[in-house]
Amino acid sequence: MEVKKEKSAMLSNYEVLALLQDIQKGHNKQKKMHTNIATVSYEIIQHLENTACAKQSPEVISNFMKALEPYKLTKAEKLQFLNLRPRTAVEIQLIVEESEERLTEDQIYELLDLLGQHLPGDDTEQEQEEMEEEEIVDQE
Amino acid sequence: MFVLTEMKDTVRIQPWLFKDDVNDAIVNVLNKKFANKVVHNVGLCIALWDIQQLEDSFLFPGDGAHHTVVYFRFVVFRPFIDEILLGKIKSCSKDGVHVSMGFFDDIIIPPNAMQDPTRFDEQEQLWAWEYAMEDGKHDLFMDIGEEIRFRVSDEAFTDTTPVGPDQASQDSEKGEAEVKKSPYTVTASVSEPGLGLLSWWNS
Repeated sequence: MEVKKEKSAMLSNYEVLALLQDIQKGHNKQKKMHTNIATVSYEIIQHLENTACAKQSPEVISNFMKALEPYKLTKAEKLQFLNLRPRTAVEIQLIVEESEERLTEDQIYELLDLLGQHLPGDDTEQEQEEMEEEEIVDQE
Repeated sequence: MFVLTEMKDTVRIQPWLFKDDVNDAIVNVLNKKFANKVVHNVGLCIALWDIQQLEDSFLFPGDGAHHTVVYFRFVVFRPFIDEILLGKIKSCSKDGVHVSMGFFDDIIIPPNAMQDPTRFDEQEQLWAWEYAMEDGKHDLFMDIGEEIRFRVSDEAFTDTTPVGPDQASQDSEKGEAEVKKSPYTVTASVSEPGLGLLSWWNS
C-alpha cells in the first residue's frame, strides 16, 4: 500500500453522509457488508444525522457558497460554516481566523443572516416563534 | 473533518470472486482492508470514494488469485489543526477530558488547554471551570455525556504494529499492564470564548 497524496481534497459532512447512506442502501439488496465498514458507516451516520448536514442538499450548498463569495473566507472556513452552521457571533469568531481584522461587526451579523437563510436547521421554527412573540409584544 | 486521500495498492482477488464484477470485487476488498482502520500519518479510513485507475491484472504461478494495482481515493477522518468540532464528553480524569465523536474516541483535552481557571473536582471526578461572576465563583462542571465544542490543537500517530521478539521481551519486563496505545490521537483545546460545553454559550 502506498499513499500518493494524503490530503487531495476536503469533503463536507454532507458528502460523507450521502456516500455512506448510498453504501448502506446498496448493501441491503446484496449480501451483508463486511463488519468494519458496517460499523463505521453506522456510527458516522448516527453522528452526522444530528448535525446540520442532514438537511443540506447540493443546491443549498452551491447557493450558500455563492453567497459567501464577497467575504473572502478561506476554503476551510467555508467548510466549517457548512458543517457546523454557527448560530452566534462568537462561533463565527472562532471559525474565522483573525476575524477582528478581517470582518467588521456588521459583516458578522450579515453572515449569521446568510447562514440562517441558506442552510436549513432546527431553529427556524424557534426563530419564527420568537418573531411572533416579539410581534405580540409590539402590539401590546 | 473528512478528507480524500489518494492511495495505490495491489489488490488480490480470490478465485471464488471471479464470478462477480471485477470492480465490485475490488471495492469490497478495499473497504474490507481499510474501513474503520487508522493508516499511519493518514487518519481513520472510512469508506472508498472512487477508483481512479486500474492497471493490468496479473497472475502468479501457483496462485489462483489475480492481482491488480489499483489507484483509488478513500474518505478519511483527519481533522485539520485549528478545526472546530463537536463531540460528547466520554470521561474525565486527572489527565484531562476525553471526548468521543461516536466513531472516533481518541480525543483528549489536557488540563492546560481548558478555560482559565479550571480545576479538577476530586469528589465528583469532573473538571470544572470556576467562572467568576459578580456574586462569587460558579463551578461549571464538564459532565459526562454533555456536548462539547473544541478546537483541534495537535495530532499524534503512534506506530502500533507488533514489535519483534527482542523488543517485546524488553517491554514485558516493564509490566504487562502497559496502557493500550491508540494509533491516532487528537489533542484539543477549549481555552477560548465559545469553546467548551454548548450550554455555556447558549444564553
